[in-house]
Amino acid sequence: MHNLTIKQMSEKLHSGEITSVQLTQHYLDRISQYDADLNAFVTVTPELAISMAEAADQKLAAGDAELLTGIPVAHKDIFCTDGVKTSCGSKMLDNFIAPYDAHVVTLMNKIGMPILGKTNMDEFAMGSSSESSYYGPTKNPWDHKAVPGGSSGGSAAVIAAGLAPLATGTDTGGSVRQPASFCGITGIKPTYGAVSRFGIIAYASSFDQAGPMTRSAEDSAWMLNAMAGFDERDSTSLNREKTDYTAELGQSLKGLKVGVPAEYFGAGLDPEVEVVIKTAISEVEKLGGEVVEVHLPNKDLAVPAYYVLAPAEASANLSRYDGVRFGYRCDQPTGLEDLYKRSRSEGFGEEVKRRIMVGAYALSAGYYDAYYLKAQKLRRMVRDDFTKAFESCDVIMGPVAPTSAFNIGEKSDDQVSMYLADLYTIPVNLAGLPALSVPAGFANNRPVGLHIVGPYFSEAKLLNIGHQFQQVTDWHKHMPAQYQ
Amino acid sequence: MSWEVVIGLEIHAQLTTKSKIFSGASTEYGAAPNSQACPIDAGMPGMLPVLNHAVLGKSIMLGLALDAELGMRSVFDRKNYFYPDSPKGYQTTQMDFPIVGQGKLEIELEDGTKKVIGVTRAHLEEDAGKSVHGIVPGQTGIDLNRSGTALLEIVSDPDMSSAKEAVAYAKKMHELVQYLGICDGNMQEGSFRVDSNVSVRRPGEPLGTRAELKNINSFKFIEKAIEIEIERQIEVIESGGKVVQETRLYDSEKDITRSMRTKEEANDYRYFPCPDLLPVIITEADVEAVRVVMPELPDAKRARFVSDFNLSDYDAAVLTGSRAMAEFFEKVVALTDAKDPKMCANWATSGFSAALNRDGLSIENAPVSADMLAGMISRIIDNSISGKIAKQVFDAMWQGEGSADEIIESKGLKQITDTGAIEALVDDVLANNPDQVEAYKGGQEKMMGYFVGQIMKASGGQANPGQVNKLLTAKLKA
Repeated sequence: MHNLTIKQMSEKLHSGEITSVQLTQHYLDRISQYDADLNAFVTVTPELAISMAEAADQKLAAGDAELLTGIPVAHKDIFCTDGVKTSCGSKMLDNFIAPYDAHVVTLMNKIGMPILGKTNMDEFAMGSSSESSYYGPTKNPWDHKAVPGGSSGGSAAVIAAGLAPLATGTDTGGSVRQPASFCGITGIKPTYGAVSRFGIIAYASSFDQAGPMTRSAEDSAWMLNAMAGFDERDSTSLNREKTDYTAELGQSLKGLKVGVPAEYFGAGLDPEVEVVIKTAISEVEKLGGEVVEVHLPNKDLAVPAYYVLAPAEASANLSRYDGVRFGYRCDQPTGLEDLYKRSRSEGFGEEVKRRIMVGAYALSAGYYDAYYLKAQKLRRMVRDDFTKAFESCDVIMGPVAPTSAFNIGEKSDDQVSMYLADLYTIPVNLAGLPALSVPAGFANNRPVGLHIVGPYFSEAKLLNIGHQFQQVTDWHKHMPAQYQ
Repeated sequence: MSWEVVIGLEIHAQLTTKSKIFSGASTEYGAAPNSQACPIDAGMPGMLPVLNHAVLGKSIMLGLALDAELGMRSVFDRKNYFYPDSPKGYQTTQMDFPIVGQGKLEIELEDGTKKVIGVTRAHLEEDAGKSVHGIVPGQTGIDLNRSGTALLEIVSDPDMSSAKEAVAYAKKMHELVQYLGICDGNMQEGSFRVDSNVSVRRPGEPLGTRAELKNINSFKFIEKAIEIEIERQIEVIESGGKVVQETRLYDSEKDITRSMRTKEEANDYRYFPCPDLLPVIITEADVEAVRVVMPELPDAKRARFVSDFNLSDYDAAVLTGSRAMAEFFEKVVALTDAKDPKMCANWATSGFSAALNRDGLSIENAPVSADMLAGMISRIIDNSISGKIAKQVFDAMWQGEGSADEIIESKGLKQITDTGAIEALVDDVLANNPDQVEAYKGGQEKMMGYFVGQIMKASGGQANPGQVNKLLTAKLKA
C-alpha cells in the first residue's frame, strides 16, 4: 500500500477498495515496527489518526471528499497542533501543547487528512542533520550510520522509509530540500509567502517557508494544493488567486531553457555528486531541455549573509522562551534574572544558543551596520543575481548539496563545514524563490537530489519538470531494502 | 548666575481602537486579568501580528493636526528587551521610519503669550502588559490585558523652558487627541501618559544631562515634579556634583523625585525591522480621506466662537476646553435658533458646568441634556421666565423633575407679563411705602432699587422686571 502514488491511493479510497482507517492503520503499524530504531517521530498519535480516519471515511462515504481526503500525513514538529505536543525539537518546548493549529494543519484537517504524528527535527529548525534535536538524531533510512539531513530530517526519513505517504516540512535555508536530497525523496520549497506561516514556530521569519515532502513530484503538487493559499493571519502571506499546482503536470519540456551556473561545479563538490547531477541534466536535455550557461557571481556571499540575518531574526523570535508563560522553567528560580538565565541556558541546546548569541551580536549597537545592514545588502545582490540569470533561462539546475548524506557525528563539532553544506540551498531562501529537490541517483551509495530553482510563482512549472524527469527515471521509486 | 531649563516630553496616547494593534483581542479597560489576551498578545509560539488598520487613520489625523510631515512609508521594528510584562521579549514599535514626522503645536501661556513647540515625531507601537502584585502572596502575576494595545508615542522637541510650559504643552496635546477622537485622554486609566525629560544648563552652554520623570498621572503633579526636579538638578550642580542620566519617579506624598534606574544599566535594544510585518504605505488618497472627516480643531473653533457668536476670548476658551463641551454648547445655540448665543454660553460655562463639577459628572451622563437646557433658555428668551427663576428651573431639571416647560407649569413659575397685574403690584408697593416715595421724590433715586425689590418679592419673583421698571418709572415721574 505504501508504494502507491497519492493519486492511486485516492482512487482506491474513493472507490471504496480501501478505507482511510485501513490505510492509516497500515502506516501506524509500520511506524511501530520501524520507528523505535529510526527515531523519525517525536510523537506518534495513533488514536487521533484513527479517529480522523474514521471521520474521513464518513466524508468519503458521503461523497464530499477531496482528492487528499483520508490520506494520512506526518507533520514536522514545528507546526502547532491543537492538543498535541509541539516541541520544535527542543527541551524548551517539551511540555508545550498549543491551543491552536497552524494554518497548514487547519487546511489539511478540513480536507480530512489523519495526523500520524509529529516528526523529529533539528532544534528550532537550526541545523542540517537533525542531530541537534533534544530527542536524539534521526537515522537515514538508506544507511543508519548517516544523517537524514535537516532540519526536516524526521519528515524526510518518514517518507523514505514509507512510514507516511506525505509529510510537511519547513525550509529556512534548505531544510526541506537538503533532507529530501539526503533521503532520496521529493521536496519543494515554495515562493516565500505562498504558504501561511501562522502557527509555524518561527526560526527566521523572512526566510521560513513550509513545503511538502513526498515520494514524487506529482504527489508534491497535490499536497501543495492543500497547503498553499492566502491567509490573512500572516501579513507576509501573498494574496494571489488560488493556484492549481498540478495544472502543468504533463506538459512537454521541449524548449525549456535550463540555466546551469558554472559556479556550482567548483571545488568542494563531491565528484560522484557532480556525475549524478550532470547525468540528470542530460536526461532533461533528452526531454527537450536546452542547457544555457548562467552566472551567479555572488553565490559565495549567501552563506555569510544568511548566518548573520537568520540568527539576527532568531535572536528576537526566541526571546519569548523565557520561562514565564509556557515552555521550560528552571527549578527554584531565586529571582527574575535567575529565572531567565537558567530557563534559557538549560532549555536551549548548543546550536540554538550559538545562533541567538551570533544574532544578538550582529544587531548590537556599533555592529548593526557592519553586520546586519551589510548582510541585507548582500541579500539583495544574491537576489539580483537570480533576476538576471532568469533573463536568459527558465529554471536553474544544479546540486542540492555538495555531498550525499554525511555520517552521524561527522560534522557536529565543525559548524562551519556544516553551514557550508547549505551553500546551494541558502541563496534561494535569500531571494525567496521556489525550488524543488528530486531524487537523481546515488553517490557513495547514498541518495542525491537534483535542485531545480525557478522564478517567483513557478512552482507548477518546477513540479512538472520534476514529474517529467520522474517519467523517465525511477530514482523516486527506490526504497531502502529493509523498508520495502 | 542664572539657569536655563530644557524640557522635552514623550507622551503615550492610547488609541481608541476596539481591538489591539496586532490582534483581534478587545481593548476594554478593567476586565479580569488575562481575559483579554489572545495567543498573539501572549507571544505564543507560531503567532503572528496583523496590523489593525484603524490605527493608521488616527495617526494621519494627528499628523495633520500637528501640521507634520507624514511617514508615507513607515516601518515597524522590534525593540528587544526582557521583562515579564513584555511577552515576546521585544516590543513592536517604529524606530527609523515613524508614521508621523516633524510637526508643531502652538501653546498659550497663562499670561497670554504664545509659543510654538516642535513635535519631533509620533510613532505607533504596542503597549506592554502589567505586573500585578498581591494576588498570589509573595509572587508577581502578569496581566496581559493591556499587552498589544495601540499607542502613539508623541515625542516633542526639547523646546519647553519651564514646568508651566511643559504642562501647557501636555494639556494642549491632551485636548487635541480628545478633540480628534483618537484617544480618550483618561490619565487615571493610563490612556494618556506623560514622561518628562528635564535638564538644566547655564545660558549658552550645551545641553545638560537629563533625567526622565515617568508615570505621573496628573497635570498638577507633572508641574510639581518638574519644578522640584529642576531645583534638585541645580542644587546638585551648584554643590559641585553631576546630574546622572536616569529615570526618576515622583513621590507626591513626600514631594520628591527618586531614582528608579540609571541608563548605565539600560539595555542595548538591538532594533531591527520586524520581518513579520510589511512596511506600511500611506497614499495621498488615504490622507485625503482623513482630511475630509477631520473634526474642527480647538483653535479654529475658538476663533469661530468669538467671531460668529460674539463671545469673549475667555468664554470661547472655556467652551472649547473639551470637544464635548463645545459640541454641547453649539447644540444649545442651534436649538435656540441662535437667538442669544451669549446667554447659552453663560449657562454652559456657569450654571451647567458648576453643577457638573459639584456632582463630579461628565456631559454625557449629566441629568440635563442640551435639549433640556435649550428648552429652558428658550423660555428666558420669550420672557416666560426671568433669569432668576431660570436658576430655580435649572435646579429642578437637574433633580430630574422634568423639562423646563413641565417645571414652569407644575410650579406656576410663569413670568407675570400682564400689565394690569403688574400695575396693581406697583400701586400696592407705592401705597404701602409713602416715606420712601417722598425720599425718592426728594432726590434719592436709589430708592428705585428698593421699590423694584419689593415689587418682585410681592410677585414671588415672577413679574417681568423690564415691565416693572417701566411702569414704576412712569408712576413715580407722574
